[in-house]
Amino acid sequence: MARYDSIVIGGGLVGSAVAYGLARLGSRVALLDEGDVAFRASRGNFGLVWVQSKGLGVPEYQRWTRQSSVLWDDFAVELKKETGIDCQHEHRGGVHVCINENDFAERRKYMEQLHIESGETSFQYDMLDHAELKKLMPEIGPEVAGASYTPYDGAANPLYLLRSLHAGLIRRGGQYFPQSKVTELKAAPNDFTVTGGGVTFNAPKLVLAAGLGNKDLGALVGLNVPVQPVRGQILVTERVQPVLSMLTIWVRQMAEGGLLIGESREEAGFNDATTPDVQQFLAARAIKMFPFLRDVRIVRHWSALRVMAPDGLPIYEQSKEYSGAFVATCHSGVTLAAAHAMRYAKYVADGVLSAELARFTNKRFDVQAAA
Amino acid sequence: MNEFFDLVIIGAGPAGMAAAITSTGLGLNVAVIDEQSNPGGQIYRAIESVSYERPALMKSLGDDYAAGLKLVQRFRASGANFLPQTSVWQIDGDRDVFTRTAGGTARIATRQILIATGAMERPVPVPGWTLPGVMTCGAAQTMLKSTGAVPAGPVVLAGGGPLLLLLATQLLRAGARITAILETPAQFGAALTHAVGFIRSPAYLRKGLDLLSELRTADVEITRSVRNMRILGDGRASGIEYDSRGRVGRVSADLVLLHHGIVPNANLALSLRCEFSWDDLQRCFRPKLDAWGKTSVDGVRIAGDNGGIIGAKAAELSGHLAALGAAHDIQRISATERDRLAAPLRSELGKHLRARPFLDALYRTPQEVAAPVDAETVVCRCEEIRAGEIRRLVTEQGCPGPNQMKSFVRSGMGPCQGRLCGLTVVELIAECRAVPPSEVGYYRIRSPVQPVTLGEIAALSDG
Amino acid sequence: MFKLPPDSGAATVAVTINGKRFDAPRGCSAAAAVLLAGDVPTRTTAVSGAPRAPYCLMGVCFDCLMEINGVPNQQACLIVVTEGMRIESQYGKFAVKA
Repeated sequence: MARYDSIVIGGGLVGSAVAYGLARLGSRVALLDEGDVAFRASRGNFGLVWVQSKGLGVPEYQRWTRQSSVLWDDFAVELKKETGIDCQHEHRGGVHVCINENDFAERRKYMEQLHIESGETSFQYDMLDHAELKKLMPEIGPEVAGASYTPYDGAANPLYLLRSLHAGLIRRGGQYFPQSKVTELKAAPNDFTVTGGGVTFNAPKLVLAAGLGNKDLGALVGLNVPVQPVRGQILVTERVQPVLSMLTIWVRQMAEGGLLIGESREEAGFNDATTPDVQQFLAARAIKMFPFLRDVRIVRHWSALRVMAPDGLPIYEQSKEYSGAFVATCHSGVTLAAAHAMRYAKYVADGVLSAELARFTNKRFDVQAAA
Repeated sequence: MNEFFDLVIIGAGPAGMAAAITSTGLGLNVAVIDEQSNPGGQIYRAIESVSYERPALMKSLGDDYAAGLKLVQRFRASGANFLPQTSVWQIDGDRDVFTRTAGGTARIATRQILIATGAMERPVPVPGWTLPGVMTCGAAQTMLKSTGAVPAGPVVLAGGGPLLLLLATQLLRAGARITAILETPAQFGAALTHAVGFIRSPAYLRKGLDLLSELRTADVEITRSVRNMRILGDGRASGIEYDSRGRVGRVSADLVLLHHGIVPNANLALSLRCEFSWDDLQRCFRPKLDAWGKTSVDGVRIAGDNGGIIGAKAAELSGHLAALGAAHDIQRISATERDRLAAPLRSELGKHLRARPFLDALYRTPQEVAAPVDAETVVCRCEEIRAGEIRRLVTEQGCPGPNQMKSFVRSGMGPCQGRLCGLTVVELIAECRAVPPSEVGYYRIRSPVQPVTLGEIAALSDG
Repeated sequence: MFKLPPDSGAATVAVTINGKRFDAPRGCSAAAAVLLAGDVPTRTTAVSGAPRAPYCLMGVCFDCLMEINGVPNQQACLIVVTEGMRIESQYGKFAVKA
């Protein structure tokens, strides 16, 4: 039996960020991962470090997201220094494009509400009409009504981030076990024995970061994790010369030159197929935003399953029955990666989740269940 | 166009053409789609224009090529709707076929699909293989068939497999000078276990010997047991260096033609999530097919080399059989009728398949060609990822398979969508993990399997 | 890199390759025309600027990407030459006409 200080189940963006964070605090970490073909929400991530659309009605979420976006600056530098891998992090603000006047009016109301709810953290934003937007982005389409802008938004390369977190974990003495889907889990307070890939691991701390798999795993440690899949599809284009002047929602250009075009939100169960109707919808919307895209080819059409709680917020919790067992799920694995590595991991190491995460307790679902 | 067909055949090579002939003969409404302007596939490429305009070339290309003309003529007369210069970029969950031509995109509805997109040259990743002046043997054959052109300067053919010798004789007859042929070690020992099948196929045996004797007569130097091939040149190929039987050899050439067998061009079937299995002799993934070419996906069949390499004559027969299967599935003929028509085809097919295991074993791709040793060898041509990086990610970061590899280093993310790197990545990971390639798996392939613009996609929702 | 046999009296189609006129055999692909004209490399890669030329001539390698009649990133081996066709080498990532 292999003994560690912490076992993290799930080698995606959440699991590897938490594992890296624990390792950098000196914990001896075993990171267990599935095989090469699995749902892996992380591979379908758009890669935004997005603040301006988060947390309407939930100021705690807005704060957690903003905090992560601030931590990201140092986080990216640290990962580059640690692993040599550049996550291509940019933090120069972002634009949420409003296709028509109706969207623009709705968006203005939305942003104003976020501003009011932000209180002393003072969420700042600008509404840009078509002419103002065109000054910043000459490539914007003539039909676009305008956009909202905040300086808080940024982006990174989700695949390089994942690779970097894995490399960083190993450099800090952590161990990565692929092809090790959990087949058995025996729990006692601060004492967890996990078998995966034919190997048995034991540690006083356990973190469930297995995405959609958290539901079943959670049940074994007294944690209710009611996550459901919400499908998202993304189109990827061939490489082109730099052409987008600003970071926008739904269409972004990666450092290599290819553009990502997203995204859909579908209830499709555990089906990660791609569909022609969404393909056509995404293409049409992208062309409306940036008419030059008409002649650009797509080389891939992805689909992945978001890990979604009923209210769309993260779930952070420690098991009451089995102290030392934690869960972390969200659908913004890149945005929150810095917070997961630099904050959440510390709470796990200390054995108690901070009050700032109280809003994300899974007890909020008990009320719903009782109702 | 939103027509409804009984059967859409993708690929107008021998399998596709045969299937079209049989299915139209049974009264099915059939469409045949091909990227080229004329039918023939790769093996009978340009056969109509060669036979009408270049009779001398027809002779140079040999009897096997000439035999394709009748098939093409029967296909032209069959009444199948032929859609040339058309690519298939997607097949969706409803089995609609999405096409693209110069005129735009279309969506075709059909009851049954037959994928007969054939094979492609297996990638031969050696140092320098991305230099201008390095091409596949198949490419040189295509130049010859479609234009009559031969290499202008010194040319070396390198690799393994019967096509190497066939191309050499075709080029010689067409007036080329061949500087050298370099053959990797043939696996005689392993092939012996399959020798009985081969000896019972005298046609194949005789063909091989005839080619060799023709080359000997023309004084073409054939070097055997070649290992460690590396192509030289700065900005352009200038020659090739190799080891053979303890000596280092070097040949100057401005054209190097590589070949090491062919493998199914599998991306379309993979995008449909057809089940595949690893063929260790042919060192490639082949779709799981029943006796009528049916895949694990409802309504989708595969015939010809796309189902695993079987050769042109066998491909033709498998095309006829797949068409019979399709016709029965849509209740156009009874099972009894289907089996009656199939019986002579099956027995003929059996004869052609007898020689294959021997050839596959004899010319099995050597380990060093399947999984390049030199760390600087480019594996993913599109993204320029080298063998050393791929090996390192397995040994140092525990990367278990090609999909994780793809997400970490971008191999397979370029326009060719893994066609030229996929097998190599699988073999490298398998070697580093010390497991068989069957355990490693392959890239998850998604549509579009051919390039299509955003405008072309958006236009589909208008029509 | 390739040459036509001396006796070939095939009809030709006039194209320009990187501005230079070339008489291509009727029915051949743009990539084949370039190989006959000997004008390689036909592109430099988007990743490192490495020189490339057609490799497979059957549409699977994507190394024959060229600009044809002003449209970039075309697979030259899948396009049949037409009278007056402009065939041009492509350098790096293509520039979108925004």
